Amino acid sequence: MARSTPEIPNASMADIAFLLLTFFLVTTTINNDRGLSIGLPPPPDPNKKDEIKMQEKNIFKIQVNSSDALLVEGDPMSDLSGLKESIIKFIRNNGQDPNSSESPQKAVVSFKTDRGTSHKRFVEILDIVQGAYYDIYAEEAGVSNKEWREAAAKLSDPSSKAIYERGKRDYPMQISIAEPTKIGN
Amino acid sequence: MSKFKKKAEVKQEIPTSSMPDVVFMLLFFFMVTTEMRKSSIEVKQQIPKAAQLRKLERKTLVANLYIGQPTKAEYGSEERIQANDVFIETGDIIRWVNEEKSKLAEAEREQITIAIKGDKDAKRGIIADVETELRKGNARKVLYTAADNSAERKN
Repeated sequence: MARSTPEIPNASMADIAFLLLTFFLVTTTINNDRGLSIGLPPPPDPNKKDEIKMQEKNIFKIQVNSSDALLVEGDPMSDLSGLKESIIKFIRNNGQDPNSSESPQKAVVSFKTDRGTSHKRFVEILDIVQGAYYDIYAEEAGVSNKEWREAAAKLSDPSSKAIYERGKRDYPMQISIAEPTKIGN
Repeated sequence: MSKFKKKAEVKQEIPTSSMPDVVFMLLFFFMVTTEMRKSSIEVKQQIPKAAQLRKLERKTLVANLYIGQPTKAEYGSEERIQANDVFIETGDIIRWVNEEKSKLAEAEREQITIAIKGDKDAKRGIIADVETELRKGNARKVLYTAADNSAERKN
């Protein structure tokens, strides 16, 4: 009988593992499933021409042209840093300023682009508008902006759902993304 | 002298016996997190950046649309829409939505989310056309995929 204990040589094991590791490192793509989420309105009904009359003061107008230039409430704006604050102020006005929104329920942020506007600019502005709402939600719920967004991603958890609803209760997110104009492109 | 000699004899080696374990651990991590890309993307994909990102609750409910200029010159320079691994026209979107919906369980079909992965230089026009079709196809949850920039810029 052979006395030598049979052994599998394991000196090359590290090499094999490294090879596999390199393979997975190269082929892996960590999926990015994060972004700005919106809900589109229901399809237009051709039989019904519903023109909703709204008071001018309840609409916060943002327009972007084909060269990505911005018009906010009729005035050109090149510096975006103050935009979020003015949106928050508009939503929370509650009739204090007679030329601004009457209540958060009536306030609408209207965002109109051109067909030639770049997607990058669109996302940038939508980010600011949604950021304004999220800031309000977070403040209402007493958490930070990031915490509120994280709570909104796991509504199956009751405590997260409570935070989500506490923030959203009085402030419906009313962002109207209008059909783009056809000047550019 | 003898004292110094003794010191020089001390072995200075990094123990390598645990290396396979470490490597295997890394290997398992990548094996678990990896997701093979089913189709190669044939349009430009430089995702725009944003700060107010939302995570999706259920990944299985997502269908991806890639929009941008084709990477190969033979497809022209006009922006195209890619779904799965073919280019589609805006007119095909409703059919595509219905195909994607049929892959889901019946109770979840209306919760389908369309992730629009638009290139940062893509024009609003084509994306707005896609949105109009999605409204008609009754897939109204949309996610504009974006990369996180909250660390770079306080918004």
